[in-house]
Amino acid sequence: MLMTERQTQADTIEALAKKFGKDRTGLMPILQEIQAKYKHISDFAMQEIARELDIHPVEVYSVISFYAFLRSKQTGKFVIRLCRTLSCEMAGKKRVARQLENELGVAFGETTSDGRFTLEYANCLGLCDQGPAMLVNDVAFTEVTPEKVHEIIQECKRTFSVYAQEVQKHV
Amino acid sequence: MEDKKINSDTSRAPKSVKPHTIKIEDTDGIGGKVKVTIDGVDVRVPFGTTILDAAKMINVHIPTLCHHEDLCVAGVCRVCVVDVEGQRTLQASCAYPITQPIVVHTTSPKVRRARRNIIDLLLSKHYGECYSCVRNNNCELQTLAKEYGVDKYRFGHITERRHEVDNSSYALRRDMDKCVLCRRCVRTCIDLQEVGVLGAIGRGDETVIGTFMDKPLADVICINCGQCINRCPTGALQANDPSDEIWNAIDDPKKHVVIQTAPSPRAGIGEEFGLEPGVPLTFEMNTALRRCGFDKVFDTNFTADLTIIEEGTELILRLYNALVKKDPQIALPQFTSCSPGWVKYIEHFYPEYLAHVSSSKSPQQMFGAVIKTYYAQINNIDPADIVTVALMPCSAKKFECNRPEMSDSGYKDVDYGLTTRELAQMIREAGIDLPRIPKSDFDDPFGSATGSGVIFGATGGVMEAALRTVFELVTGQIADPDALAGQVSEIRGFDGIKYKELTLPEKLGPVPDILRMNKDVPFDSWDWLSGATLKLAVAHGTANAKKVLDDIIAGGKFSECHFIEFMACPGGCLGGGGQPIPTTPEIRKARAKAIYSEDQAYEIRKSHDNPAVVELYVKFLTEGPNGHLAHKLLHTHYTPRGKYIA
Amino acid sequence: MSERKGYILFIDVEPNTGLKKALTKKRTEVIADIRNSGLKGRGGAGFPTGVKWNLAASASSDTKYVVCNADEGEPGTFKDRVILSEYTDDLLEGITIAGYAIGAETGIIYLRGEYEYLKKQIVDTIDKRRSEGWLGKNVGGKEVFNFDIEIRMGSGAYVCGEETALIESLEGQRGEPRNRPPFPVNTGFMGCPTIVNNVETLVTASRIIAKGVDWFTKYGIDKSTGTKVYSISGDCEKPGVYEFNIGITIAELLKEVGGGNAKAVVMGGASGRVVPAKDFAKTVAYVDAPTGGSVIVLGQERDMLDVAENFLEFFVEESCGQCTPCREGNPLLLDGVKRLKNGTCSMEYLQELMSLAETMQLASKCGLGQSSPNAFLSIIEHFETEIFGRVPVM
Repeated sequence: MLMTERQTQADTIEALAKKFGKDRTGLMPILQEIQAKYKHISDFAMQEIARELDIHPVEVYSVISFYAFLRSKQTGKFVIRLCRTLSCEMAGKKRVARQLENELGVAFGETTSDGRFTLEYANCLGLCDQGPAMLVNDVAFTEVTPEKVHEIIQECKRTFSVYAQEVQKHV
Repeated sequence: MEDKKINSDTSRAPKSVKPHTIKIEDTDGIGGKVKVTIDGVDVRVPFGTTILDAAKMINVHIPTLCHHEDLCVAGVCRVCVVDVEGQRTLQASCAYPITQPIVVHTTSPKVRRARRNIIDLLLSKHYGECYSCVRNNNCELQTLAKEYGVDKYRFGHITERRHEVDNSSYALRRDMDKCVLCRRCVRTCIDLQEVGVLGAIGRGDETVIGTFMDKPLADVICINCGQCINRCPTGALQANDPSDEIWNAIDDPKKHVVIQTAPSPRAGIGEEFGLEPGVPLTFEMNTALRRCGFDKVFDTNFTADLTIIEEGTELILRLYNALVKKDPQIALPQFTSCSPGWVKYIEHFYPEYLAHVSSSKSPQQMFGAVIKTYYAQINNIDPADIVTVALMPCSAKKFECNRPEMSDSGYKDVDYGLTTRELAQMIREAGIDLPRIPKSDFDDPFGSATGSGVIFGATGGVMEAALRTVFELVTGQIADPDALAGQVSEIRGFDGIKYKELTLPEKLGPVPDILRMNKDVPFDSWDWLSGATLKLAVAHGTANAKKVLDDIIAGGKFSECHFIEFMACPGGCLGGGGQPIPTTPEIRKARAKAIYSEDQAYEIRKSHDNPAVVELYVKFLTEGPNGHLAHKLLHTHYTPRGKYIA
Repeated sequence: MSERKGYILFIDVEPNTGLKKALTKKRTEVIADIRNSGLKGRGGAGFPTGVKWNLAASASSDTKYVVCNADEGEPGTFKDRVILSEYTDDLLEGITIAGYAIGAETGIIYLRGEYEYLKKQIVDTIDKRRSEGWLGKNVGGKEVFNFDIEIRMGSGAYVCGEETALIESLEGQRGEPRNRPPFPVNTGFMGCPTIVNNVETLVTASRIIAKGVDWFTKYGIDKSTGTKVYSISGDCEKPGVYEFNIGITIAELLKEVGGGNAKAVVMGGASGRVVPAKDFAKTVAYVDAPTGGSVIVLGQERDMLDVAENFLEFFVEESCGQCTPCREGNPLLLDGVKRLKNGTCSMEYLQELMSLAETMQLASKCGLGQSSPNAFLSIIEHFETEIFGRVPVM
């Protein structure tokens, strides 16, 4: 990481700590914002956060490693989370999963080599009446079919620079 | 209020990150005592007592694993579950505070089945065989398995390694495959010591105990105190054992193998041989060491005395330069430097305060430097052929002797740091029944030691030893150690932070000869100290050290101190990370008693009266304390490491 | 407003009717109303809400908190998503009433990370209510009742639905359940008395205050008063969110949603029970008390071991990993199901596993571990014929 990037991250973290309070109750929101901004929480960021909140870096890492949506390693610009819990499973999750792997050329738990997509499973997304369901970043897609998978991925690729929030309008 | 302790203890979360107290309110107004019936026996216990503690009061044994007396309650292993009438589920007795009359069954069929299942679960993921484990016969999991009659692995047994052993550290070895996730090490590291190297990483069945970003222990801010080892119920944590190399050196006829032994191992090693804590085996150990094949057996107390002279001189010079010369560069209070865990702690956490740390080496390292120079010289031995071993109660000493700067003799000053536990193992291996062998003395020329050196092993000991010497050298009056101990009784005992003010008399003695040996000492009378009040403090355990340092930063009362003793381990060296396992407050108390009684048995009890020390200055360190050669061999410098982990 | 058909929750009520009424009453009267209504927690544990509020109200502390548990994560549960998006205002009203009742000044909504897309709407509604004087200083013109609501997000951890784990998460910790006692009503968020209530519970509470205890207790049966919102999914024609009177039978429920030909239903999600067709005449309250309201309908062709496998995979991942029975037990049960599928599980080993499952129910630290073997055990109990002597699928 370049020094200037570090400085920007450090400044961001300092501002967030100010916003959420300089104690440990601010940890989750700070992590969530850093994750949203940088797509992961780097070891540098973790140590800066630990310094701001006066806790140990290993505690920050420990917390990140606990929550499925927080990452200490770089993820793709689009994180696709396919629900794998019973109702979605029964609604045809397997074929959607296979199609996602086909489209992206990676297995679940992996990131594409161009760094655009991370593919993973999620546990119950609370969209059981409209399965199979998946999240692309924070946007929910329901009743996903293998055909729809292709469309969604294509839209993501087209709107690569403006993030998936834009995708919903089209699909 | 009685429930204060339990209140802060029943939460899972570490205390260090909880600014608030966890409280159980006595809403029913029961007040004082509550009746509890355990296995049919009634007992009245203070409000908030845990079922586990209540059971102990009536000698009912409840098995535990994640529970440790030094640590806050976790309630995670579930081995201690009991049946509380009226509760749908079983309750962890270590975490269940009694706040109303309850009826408890500790061995109902339901409870026994549950415990047996839990133990079988723990065994299913516990890799390795007991007979190839350092903790064989001293393992809490093994004991539980025996207690519950485990005769087969009902839920299987892992046969492949899942984790690499972390062997990166000079001091510690971590084997996650033996870990049962009781998290005692995490609570030790974060709560007890406030170092914060270990944490629970991941979740579900992938949970492990790990470091920041899973880095090797050598690359994180571990201070090597080894307190986690003492609290690990299994062999997941152990010290890095050099005994094979030491045996090799002993077996090598070319090598002259010298061992120095610190005071605390003597007070603890008996526990390894089935004795009650607190039975010192100093002189039996000397015999055993010779039988093992060590060529010379020396007493680290000799360099403890030397440390007092060097560090005391340094303190006096600092005081003079700060108070009389008004030199703003002089850092006061002066901090002690003999605990390598503490030294690494301050290098990481308060590097801007390193100037306060005495430049005097620890007794271990002074000894190594003297042996490979003076001792080699007078005995006409090539220092290259000398192997110096240091028997220490400490795992951090292993790191200390491997510091690159610790080679002022031109060689590695101390080759190996050996813990009490590891020596016990060597003695067993040599077929020696330690408690029942004849006693013998230390070897000359460093065999003479004083009671001052001995008390280095207990928290407050360095301070007390320093005071014995300073008081006598400055006042010119003979100081009676026991009378002095009474006068400064505040610095003994196990309070986390101790503070004492000591006012010197108006009339002081002449500057003694030993100081005058150093021609650079800039004063020839003690007038400047006449009637001065020395402010002194003692802290043990790095969590307490942190409190003192934060107070200094905030400009509190400790910032006005002149001299502060810091020890990384709770209780001081006698509670060190290399001492026999287990450790508890009671065991530490017993070891302290052994140390103080040994002090009283010494004829000479003040460092400056040690004839061997005086001789060393006369014959070798001729420019006196803090003189040129003393500086080269007996003093060191520190590395501001900081907290950032690259 | 919603098109949904309902009795208590899914109805239109003039905004702030409940809150206005509450503010005319004493705090103790509000709590008494909730207590007299017999309302029980709708999140799953079924603890009497009035008792909970009263404990927190009588705890001595200057600072108290109301936490709205919007971390709905039980497989097959999505009713809170609907309530959060369609009854946002009513929920905030309910939180405010709870705050008034126990003497809190801060309400916190802990929203699961999976529902990030609902956050904006909730925040906007909070802002709107603040600008209208229903939040902030002197709420609704009531002197010395200051109350505000903030929102905190989860980050993908089912166990944070457990109230003490949720509080740990709010405090910036791993979501690992605490030892209880002490309970959150005494020692909750930041050590202060805290009530943690489910979304549905809080909306229902505001309805009770708005329309009266007598109105509420007309619904339900015996000791289970009121209605319940169900999330229905799986093999049925009309999956979705429904409000039913407590006391409806499974058969009636299935008829409503077009799931008549079911082989079994999973009541209460992964931590609930699997109910075979022969028991469909039983009331939902009976087989699923207490209930979180998840109903997954299983059609005739569904393989029960697939169900058990799916749920156990869920628990293996979602166990917080601190206590032994849950952390080590769930992978072993999962392995057992795989063995059953492959026809390689002896009866002797199955019995060991059932003993283990009982230990997990009894000795786990929190509700997650305690209920994780439920589905496994009920499938073994009711579907023996499907389980033994299976020929592995190649």
